[in-house]
Amino acid sequence: MSGTSPVLEVVDLVKHFEAGRRLTGGRGLVHAVDDVSFELRRGEILGLVGESGSGKSTVANCVLRLVEPTSGTIRLNGTDITHLSRRKMRPLRRELHMVFQDPYSSLNPRMTVGDIVGEPVRLHRIAKGRALDARVEQILDDVGLRAELRYRYPHELSGGQRQRVGLARSLILGPSVLIADEPVSALDVSVQASILNLLRDLQSTMGFSCLFITHDLATVEYLCDRVAVMYLGQLVEVSPRAELFRNAQHPYTQALLSAAVVPDPAVQRARRQVVLEGDIPSPLAPPSGCRFHTRCPLHDLSAPQSEEEVPELAEFSPGHLVACHLVKPGRPSPRLVEDAADIVSAKTA
Amino acid sequence: MAQPVLDVTDLSVRFDTDDGDVHAVDRMSFTLDAGEVLGIVGESGCGKSVTCMALVRLLPETARIDGAALFEGRDLLAMPPRELRRVRGRSISFVFQEPMTSLNPVFTVGHQIEEVLARHLRLSRGKARERALELLELVRIPAPARRLDEYPHQLSGGMRQRVVIAMALACDPKVLVADEPTTALDVTIQAGILDLMRDIRERLGTSIILITHNLGVVADIADRVLVMYAGRKAEEAPVADLFSHPQHPYTIGLLGAVPRPYEGDEARRRLQEIPGRVPSLRELPRACAFADRCSRADELSRTEIPELREVRPAHSVACFHPGPGAV
Repeated sequence: MSGTSPVLEVVDLVKHFEAGRRLTGGRGLVHAVDDVSFELRRGEILGLVGESGSGKSTVANCVLRLVEPTSGTIRLNGTDITHLSRRKMRPLRRELHMVFQDPYSSLNPRMTVGDIVGEPVRLHRIAKGRALDARVEQILDDVGLRAELRYRYPHELSGGQRQRVGLARSLILGPSVLIADEPVSALDVSVQASILNLLRDLQSTMGFSCLFITHDLATVEYLCDRVAVMYLGQLVEVSPRAELFRNAQHPYTQALLSAAVVPDPAVQRARRQVVLEGDIPSPLAPPSGCRFHTRCPLHDLSAPQSEEEVPELAEFSPGHLVACHLVKPGRPSPRLVEDAADIVSAKTA
Repeated sequence: MAQPVLDVTDLSVRFDTDDGDVHAVDRMSFTLDAGEVLGIVGESGCGKSVTCMALVRLLPETARIDGAALFEGRDLLAMPPRELRRVRGRSISFVFQEPMTSLNPVFTVGHQIEEVLARHLRLSRGKARERALELLELVRIPAPARRLDEYPHQLSGGMRQRVVIAMALACDPKVLVADEPTTALDVTIQAGILDLMRDIRERLGTSIILITHNLGVVADIADRVLVMYAGRKAEEAPVADLFSHPQHPYTIGLLGAVPRPYEGDEARRRLQEIPGRVPSLRELPRACAFADRCSRADELSRTEIPELREVRPAHSVACFHPGPGAV
């Protein structure tokens, strides 16, 4: 690791929600996020991957202080922001911005594009009048929107244009961290491509760090430098991109990779997939020990330890962390299926 | 070659709106063979769902449908409503994207499956229940006997979609139309549903029309693929040939727009963007609908509608300048 400190550090983050008492009849705690630690390095795109209910959006909401973490620490550029008051948080918000999934509901329909994009500048009293106009024009140009669109309203724009407006709004203050929660999953395929290209270009020119939340592994490989995989509120694997796609260790990650469809019939039909038994358990009563043990294809090998002890997220090889009792440095996990990467390279060879 | 199950000729759908006609589907023709999985691919608004809804006339009254759709030798589009009701849900059934909206929240799963059986097959309550249990087993729902008495909200998203598929299969349909059946589901759940559909096709010989925007899903399960653009068929080919030898610039663009996992550095190559946007469906231009976004377009593309022609075996394309290569 380089000597520079991470832009964002999340340490032992826990978020429990109280479940509605009237409906369930008793008190319940939703274990949305449990003991999640990771860091976002300067200038990197970190993919946070998981299925619905894995807690990936809750992590983002905690980092943004949209929900109050139950415990743990969040540091932004070295400053502990976990419990900062709204007022103390305000100047730091310049550094931390968000792009939402749905470009239809995240733009105020009664504001023009120019007002939406310029609002962060006005609120932080950074510029007004001509200077503000110039900044808005510049950022619209950066995200590939024509300057005259600033007088339009969101309903006049296409989905892709709206998502560009969302990006312009979050980048106009030049934040050091951008959190993008499924920013392309509501868009059509050809529009997704242009937004992903744009995000990659903007990242390399502006140099911000990005926490990219998604369920789509193909997007992760295209965009991210490192990947963190979540299951039921916990991180199961953190790895550099290439290593994850070539050498995934956690049985859940292997299953997730095997289930993702590849847009190539020859490759897709030659693959086998790991079928996971049952459904994701309820976060109201997560399983003991390793949370994945109820569905793990390697349960016979890992029991009873996996039912009793929570596996630590430990280093398997430099930069590659895995939370599984079966995986130790020098002792990789059994392969569940042939790696898709091998099939692809065999086909292309 | 056996008779196709479904033979659609020149299907057009126009919607009458206050601002004039919207041409959602323009002269679509296709066939569906017995036991075949036909993928219909395209982006929002290309007419893929409307095409299938038009087959059984499940469209609002403002829709005007022209053309013919022969099913077992009879034209669905000319059939009296009474007879059509016997086809819908029985011989041709549907599975939609969001399982929660296809299920009634105030009735048990068993009740809803039994309703289909009572309505179409006139089964007694006892017989219907037996069959409902069989169906839940068929779609591989764990503890099916218990599930019969549960309500939709008690099931997970994947289980709900399995229930919807069970309902669709209740009367042993000839054709199953699945409209984005896995789009609302997680990947590990999606894999199970696709597996189930493959199994149904093999065990029951059901023909499946799979509507999707996901090229990976098509690569996984379809035998033949139809690519739609702006209400028209752009390209049609066996699945392997479509992916290895795409001919229409739009198809080539779509394939270049999706990131491909597992290809190492290749996965990081810049994604292809398709410039411009989908044309308005208000007027049908006498031109190729893709001309404005296409680098191959010329005078001919802008003044004539390209007709479909076969360029490779079983592979046809509606383009004046088809062929592989960059666009």
